[in-house]
Amino acid sequence: MFRPAFRDQLPAATQSNTVSSVLATGLLRSYGDSCLNGPGGLIDMTGLDRLIAFDRTTGRLVVEAGISLSDILKIVVPHGWFLPTTPGTRFVSIGGAVANDVHGKNHHRAGSIGCSVRALGLVTAGERRTIGPDAEAALFAATIGGLGLTGIIEWVDLQLVPVPSSRLDVEIIPYGSLDEFWAIASESVVSHEHTVAWIDCMSGGAHTGRGAFTRANWATDGVYEAHSDASWKAVPVEFPSIALNRLTVSAFNEVYFRAHQLQRRRQLQHYATYFYPLDAVSSWNRLYGRRGMLQYQCVIPPGGDRGVIRSLLDRIAKSGQASFLAVLKTFGERTSPGLLSFPRPGSTLALDFPNRGVETLALMRTLDAIVAEAGGALYPAKDGRMPAPMFRQSFPRWREVAACKDPRVNSDFWRRVSLDD
Amino acid sequence: MTDAAKRIVILGATSAIAEAAARRWAKAGGRLVLVGRNTERLEAIAADLAVRGAAAATFVALDCASADAEAELATIVADLGGVDVVLVAYGVLGDQRTAETTPQAAAEVFRTNFTSAAAWCLAAANVLERQRSGTLVVIGSVAGDRGRLSNYVYGASKAGLGVLVQGIAHRLAQQGARAVLIKPGFVDTPMTAAVARKGLLWAKPARIGAIIVKAADKGGPVVYAPGIWRWIMLVIRLVPASLFHRTKL
Repeated sequence: MFRPAFRDQLPAATQSNTVSSVLATGLLRSYGDSCLNGPGGLIDMTGLDRLIAFDRTTGRLVVEAGISLSDILKIVVPHGWFLPTTPGTRFVSIGGAVANDVHGKNHHRAGSIGCSVRALGLVTAGERRTIGPDAEAALFAATIGGLGLTGIIEWVDLQLVPVPSSRLDVEIIPYGSLDEFWAIASESVVSHEHTVAWIDCMSGGAHTGRGAFTRANWATDGVYEAHSDASWKAVPVEFPSIALNRLTVSAFNEVYFRAHQLQRRRQLQHYATYFYPLDAVSSWNRLYGRRGMLQYQCVIPPGGDRGVIRSLLDRIAKSGQASFLAVLKTFGERTSPGLLSFPRPGSTLALDFPNRGVETLALMRTLDAIVAEAGGALYPAKDGRMPAPMFRQSFPRWREVAACKDPRVNSDFWRRVSLDD
Repeated sequence: MTDAAKRIVILGATSAIAEAAARRWAKAGGRLVLVGRNTERLEAIAADLAVRGAAAATFVALDCASADAEAELATIVADLGGVDVVLVAYGVLGDQRTAETTPQAAAEVFRTNFTSAAAWCLAAANVLERQRSGTLVVIGSVAGDRGRLSNYVYGASKAGLGVLVQGIAHRLAQQGARAVLIKPGFVDTPMTAAVARKGLLWAKPARIGAIIVKAADKGGPVVYAPGIWRWIMLVIRLVPASLFHRTKL
């Protein structure tokens, strides 16, 4: 494990011959093995968390790769700026966000974060290079969403967006079926910048896909208050693995759904409440116990997506496996420069499953078949198990990334999906 | 000096603990001068502090261990128009075994951690005494509280510095200025990277930085960081030699 404190230490860290390969890691929020490098070494980037430049009039921000989105927001929000897009946790590093080309609830407007990256510092083959859409474009495209394989992202030059407030005007709309979801979603992507739906995937039949749709636009009150990381809510110990089972999740979903169904609501929410609800509870993952959980996030291309999402949800409801948090969102048309980018036009469904071992993996293989048949893809940042052929089929430009890979860099994910059996 | 930006000079500004303290002073709108050896690193830190809110963040690249402390500090303080805090944060851990077998290695630890740091402390004391205001903050170590076989060369250098700062605190107390010795316990920094870091007693640099910034404003002349170390070191000092000498501490 290398822990560089200054950027000038990176070339030597990548070239160290004490390890067979290296991989840059940030805050380790990837669910699978894309942030692991079993036989090699890791370069912990969190010590490189400095701000390099911030232009308060243009919103251009240059930062070292190890800084967290949380720390960025604390600096820029008071000046009326925000990240162009954000995932559901602010505890990720900006380098990791770029390496996974993360997306958020505003994908239909902003695209993924790679769409707003102006330039990157990349340490590759022992050299410090500056790359961007117009500078070594092929290497840049391989690096956006490139899972850290093309070298070590040293710094990121990002275009922020101006916001009229630090709060959002949020509308929560309970709905009773998938058909209602599609109707609300297609109306909302026009009227709202942020859209997402929580779905109760324990209910089948006519109720399949019922849930609560939330949509939001920035408020216009001109009040700018950054968040605080102080959290009084925490899960102090690991729950027994049995705690989240079909009965408790069904009961939770039922209560949650009823609570939302009582009324369609509109409220002002701080960005931390709206974008990062789980960040308020530290170590929430302990709810899943020692065996942990598995994420399954897929995207289904447009056209067949309505039928395919229904098949996936039916399959899950029938399996008897509980998914506590299920999220459905439609992606927009904006394409990222990234060759390995996950977001693409269509609909994305994200599911959390408590790890029940063989039966959970079997369910996922069943879901794989439906996703592959529909020409969809799985999100590498959340994957620890997809078969290599599925990866290669759904990320057809992977060989171009392989060609740009730094020979000193490797990851467990990459060995799993790129090596021929 | 309540409304004006605080003027801060940091010696050894590229140390993790110093940078953590600097970020707090920057957020409060301070004017900082960073002193250290590596220009590229000082530049990176100065740029970061400027974005975080520092009214000014400049640097002077020199080797604190061999510089003419009196002259260099005079120039820096003249440019700042006075000084509110001088933080002496540089130091080397050295290797105990090497120091025992190689006299130059031990001398190097003493020269860096004690002889040169003492020169800066005395220079700063003269400035603060003339101003009749301001605080000298010096990073010592709990290792200076009792000589132990595992690190007594480093410990001796920090113990000597501690007595010097104690004396300066006594002297300045009668002149309206202050001196504070910070004694960190285990801190997770590049300096201690080679030590196995496990357990509840290891603190992050950010925590020590917060304690330093607070100590620069008020508090006693000796501050353990975090405070639990005051009690841990009290116990360690009280253990009779007959027992202590059977340990490998």
